[in-house]
Amino acid sequence: MQEKHITPGPKEINFPPAPTAATRFWRKFFPWQVVRFFVLNLKIMRIIIGGHS
Amino acid sequence: MKKIVVLGAGIAGHTASLILKHKLGRNHKVVVVSPHDKYQWIPSNIWVGIGQMTAKQVSFPLEPVYRKKGIEFFQGMATTIYPEGSMVNDNPHIAFEYTSDEKKGQAGIVEYDYLVNATGPKLNFAATEGLGPKLNFAATEGLGPKGFTNSVCTYPHAEEAWQNLRKSLDKMAKGEKQTFLIGTGHPTATCQGAAFEYALNVAFEISKRKLNDKAEIIWITNENDVGDFGMGGAFIKKGGYVTSTRIFAESILAEYGIRWITKAGVVKVEEGKAYYETLDGEKHIQEFDFAMLIPAFAGAGMKAKDKNGEDITSKLFAPSGFMKVDADYTTRPFAEWSAADWPSTYESPAYPNIFAAGIAFAVPHPISQPRTSKNGLPIFPTAPRTGMPSGVIGKIVALNIIDRIKNKHTGSPHKASMARMGAACIISSGYGLRDGMAASMTVFPIVPDYKRYPDWGRDLNYTIGEPGLAGHWVKLLLHYLFIYKAKAKPLWFLIPE
Repeated sequence: MQEKHITPGPKEINFPPAPTAATRFWRKFFPWQVVRFFVLNLKIMRIIIGGHS
Repeated sequence: MKKIVVLGAGIAGHTASLILKHKLGRNHKVVVVSPHDKYQWIPSNIWVGIGQMTAKQVSFPLEPVYRKKGIEFFQGMATTIYPEGSMVNDNPHIAFEYTSDEKKGQAGIVEYDYLVNATGPKLNFAATEGLGPKLNFAATEGLGPKGFTNSVCTYPHAEEAWQNLRKSLDKMAKGEKQTFLIGTGHPTATCQGAAFEYALNVAFEISKRKLNDKAEIIWITNENDVGDFGMGGAFIKKGGYVTSTRIFAESILAEYGIRWITKAGVVKVEEGKAYYETLDGEKHIQEFDFAMLIPAFAGAGMKAKDKNGEDITSKLFAPSGFMKVDADYTTRPFAEWSAADWPSTYESPAYPNIFAAGIAFAVPHPISQPRTSKNGLPIFPTAPRTGMPSGVIGKIVALNIIDRIKNKHTGSPHKASMARMGAACIISSGYGLRDGMAASMTVFPIVPDYKRYPDWGRDLNYTIGEPGLAGHWVKLLLHYLFIYKAKAKPLWFLIPE
């Protein structure tokens, strides 16, 4: 069984990747997210159209 | 005039019936038989379960829509298919039992030229002792007499989940500690994505109230690794590397302060206690104050009979109750599974005028690798077939029937295999136009195809995982767009599945 406790203090070597301050900023930065909104929609559209005949 | 009967009014059935009527017009008849009087946009039930949306926002009555479009609607549950007719009626027909208040329990029959089985799953709470909401929901849902967990599988369930979650939040506000157990409630349950989404949203609501120190949130899952999501996980490009969705999903759980238990099959629930076994054969008990656990899915439980009244259920349906279609059901070891096993037309091999759309079709095998505990308990996710694939399958089934009626085609030229089709799973993880968040995941194809994509099984340009505010907007957009489409408002047919 794999069981992990997310607790404060020293992290194990297999602790999963954590977002940096910059990553958190870009996730909420409005102009960038507007761009990503259109990119995501385009990818989803491509998936829908290409998925059936 | 041809008559097409659609069983079920979920994403697949509703899509199929609207397209059929739109393209066939008044010259042909479309009939829907569904046990529920309302349509629900299931992906948004998560928001009902955290009090950010009401049931009314995610559902609407079906009858006015069908009346407007000229579709005949019976509120009832199909019980038996007679594909060759019966001793009382020579034509193929189905028997059903009314579920509306006025006619509850009365029997009815509807003849058909084409039948679309889109009944979705039976939420098989009864497969896990003690699993399920406390409320006495319809017997059609397979609920046991007493449940100790919550569900967000339907909007009434989600409403009850929110009432119970609010009680826990109130207790925490008064200083009491609470343990939240969220995940899969059966060793072979599917729909991990929805449960994962609910866990993140619960964590978000707790964090918003600054109650983190009073909460322990646990993700319990039958996945071998977090991020499997019933599709064997996926590989995505991230930070200059190709990495697995395990890393992606673990990272998100850790960020939201959620610990996880994997390889776990919940076998029994009591008040505040979940009993589970892990792949290593060990048996454990996890205590909880609030639990939301997804049940196993089963077929709707319809029977089939031939002209003489002989039972031919096994000819149409797999033992799980899902309908057999044009898949390759040959039993093979995991290493020999291939994308070609998956169906593409959803036509019954026994009766070419019967189709199964959405969750109602029997999959040839799971997507994730099946695993069994040391005690012989199968613990792995079964294949997910929700949302986008259901809509696309409903559409191509409708198009094939239309082709046969209007263009006299004999086969099924329209195809949509889950091994050729992608899916988007927008896992919201916080609600709000400025503060919201979602982990957007797309996979292409849903079933990995190592012949076409030898390195990673999928197209990495369209298999992505990306947390951000934009994903939340996409989820909101899909909510309003698909409810608009399902209401068949002007130009609804321009909105893709």
